[in-house]
Amino acid sequence: MPVMNIIQAVNDALHHEMKRDDRVVVMGEDVGKFGGVFRATVGLQEAFGAERVIDTPLAEAGIVGTSIGMALYGLRPVPEIQFIDFIFPAFDQIVNELAKFRYRSGGQYPCPVTIRTPYGGGIRGGHYHSQSPESLFIHTPGLKVVVPSNPHDAKGLLLSSIRDDDPIIFMEPKPIYRASKGEVPEGEYTVPLGKAATVREGKDVTLIAYGAMIPVALAAAEELASGDGVEAEVLDLRTLLPFDGDAILESVRKTGRAVVVHEAPRTCGFGAELSAFIHENAMLHLEAPVQRVTGFDTPFPYTLEHEYLPNAGRVVTSVREALAF
Amino acid sequence: MKVSPSPKEPAASSAAAKDAPSLFHILNVDGSVEKSLEPKIPDDGLVLMYRTMVLNRQLDERMLTLQRQGRIGFYLTSTGEEATHVASAYAMKKSDWIFPAYREPGAALLRGFDLHKYVCQLFGNADDTVKGRQMPNHFSAREIGFVSISSPTGTQIPQAVGAAWAAKIKGDDMVALTFFGEGTTSQGDFHTSLNFAGVFKIPVIFFCRNNQYAISVPSKIQTAAKSIAVKAVAYGIEGIQVDGNDVLAVYEATRRARERARKGEGPTLIEGLTYRRGAHSSSDDPRRYREDAEVESWIKKDPIDRLRRYMERKGCWDAKKEDALRKETTETIAAALAGGESVGPPPVESMFEDVFSRLPSHLEKQKSEYLAWRAANPNRNGGHAGH
Repeated sequence: MPVMNIIQAVNDALHHEMKRDDRVVVMGEDVGKFGGVFRATVGLQEAFGAERVIDTPLAEAGIVGTSIGMALYGLRPVPEIQFIDFIFPAFDQIVNELAKFRYRSGGQYPCPVTIRTPYGGGIRGGHYHSQSPESLFIHTPGLKVVVPSNPHDAKGLLLSSIRDDDPIIFMEPKPIYRASKGEVPEGEYTVPLGKAATVREGKDVTLIAYGAMIPVALAAAEELASGDGVEAEVLDLRTLLPFDGDAILESVRKTGRAVVVHEAPRTCGFGAELSAFIHENAMLHLEAPVQRVTGFDTPFPYTLEHEYLPNAGRVVTSVREALAF
Repeated sequence: MKVSPSPKEPAASSAAAKDAPSLFHILNVDGSVEKSLEPKIPDDGLVLMYRTMVLNRQLDERMLTLQRQGRIGFYLTSTGEEATHVASAYAMKKSDWIFPAYREPGAALLRGFDLHKYVCQLFGNADDTVKGRQMPNHFSAREIGFVSISSPTGTQIPQAVGAAWAAKIKGDDMVALTFFGEGTTSQGDFHTSLNFAGVFKIPVIFFCRNNQYAISVPSKIQTAAKSIAVKAVAYGIEGIQVDGNDVLAVYEATRRARERARKGEGPTLIEGLTYRRGAHSSSDDPRRYREDAEVESWIKKDPIDRLRRYMERKGCWDAKKEDALRKETTETIAAALAGGESVGPPPVESMFEDVFSRLPSHLEKQKSEYLAWRAANPNRNGGHAGH
């Protein structure tokens, strides 16, 4: 089985799906001849032509707005927004249009667009190449939000997303785009939306994370195992909306403790929803309040980005506090 | 007598004819025509447009009354602007998609949008095609290619480009027609769309109803340009300013634009110069920002009267037909209203449908919890506001 990084897996998925389904169209800034600033779309234009792999003018609202029209007419557009930090010119098209089209037309007009976009910090990108605004999209009824953490899931989730009949924000963890390597099956397979994965089993505490925070959670779990004799279970959510509540509750009922880890700011971050969900549904199983290890409620900083981002040390401390509660 | 809808308005502009002397018009106020430009529209086509415009006008009058009686929550009229959407829609093929703003119901009516569904949309009841989810005038009907209406302005324009682009990729003969007002030409979506469509020669027609007011703001505050049509030049596409109260000119300009699009020659921006005779909406009071005399001057240029005089000159219309049509239209609307008012609200469960293709578990839970609460509290549910 070939070993790939996340970019190669995304590229493989796009090649696979464009070959399988001629309704799939890739579009965005620099995605065609150049193959994308992260090389995720490399080779697609050579293989499928400039009519289906489109270098667009530099306008995110135009990319998403025209993608919506294509989807209404029956295509399966997969637009790329070069960095999620640049998605806000298209925010109206996403929040008021893409997300609501099926609903507001009484079900007459489905709008299956999969927006691929890299997110996340730790790459010396400053405010505008580092953010994690997933909560804005999770909070918008009508959108599904998907975040892979490894090459296998990146391909399998992307194929599921493109085939899904609903609009999807597909957030790719760019800090581990190349660092995350693993075996990726050739050809056809999918990873279902809405299903979490237990990436490490444990009995003492549940670490809930996604995307680029999975390696952080796993490092913390190893440290806790070797240093404290604590066995942490690590749950990779993979889909943030609809999230896998059953998997979360099953794990938390077993361990009695949960720590949520994400890069996004804390207030109204996704950890707040997960904490509320766990408290509402597993209160009597809890040995300690749900902990959150998150980015701070500041804009994303440049020089001090590694002070801002959650790391294994902060997760370990948080777990110890939960155990000592 | 020639009409100049707005003598102070400057010349039409296009990449091809940037020094064009005047806006494109064919039909004069007295019903005479510029013979060399007269399009060949069969009598039944003229009658169809006329009937649609009369229906549109009478609906405006009747529904505004209903709104004032509190029977519907809101209404937007298109009085005086009927020619812009009816004649342009008539120039399209039935399989072409229309991406409307919120002031072009005549385009849907021309395509046979069922009057029962029209009034049920205003009531937001169980027979509303959008299931009571949108304010009045936000029609959507897939079977007639009338897509869906958003209240934020201009969002439909790139979507029209995308649909036409998809048709081009698939090899379909489909040209998208999208409507918007002149105020919307200040939005980014307008400029982005003309730019994308120009670059890729997308078969789309951008139809700007320049009715000269965006709620209270006159068009001179929207742009320093001499017309809306002139904006086409910067995007390398065709632009033309037409008399928007002239059915024949609107039809002919749209027909030519469709022909160009079909031949792969790209998009056209059509500016239909007209006037919003009514308020912006039932919530607006235009006397606070404009003079009655200005409105009066435009009543003389009424597009419906003008078309009727043309049809009378051609011999395909007369006073008897006119009387019969007025009576028939009044009765049809009354019957549709009676039918629509008897339909109940959409079922509560429907609130949770169509958010996604299938109901996800978190919404299933919210739905079942709410329905259980509602059953246990029959006098305190959302159907009884204020409890």
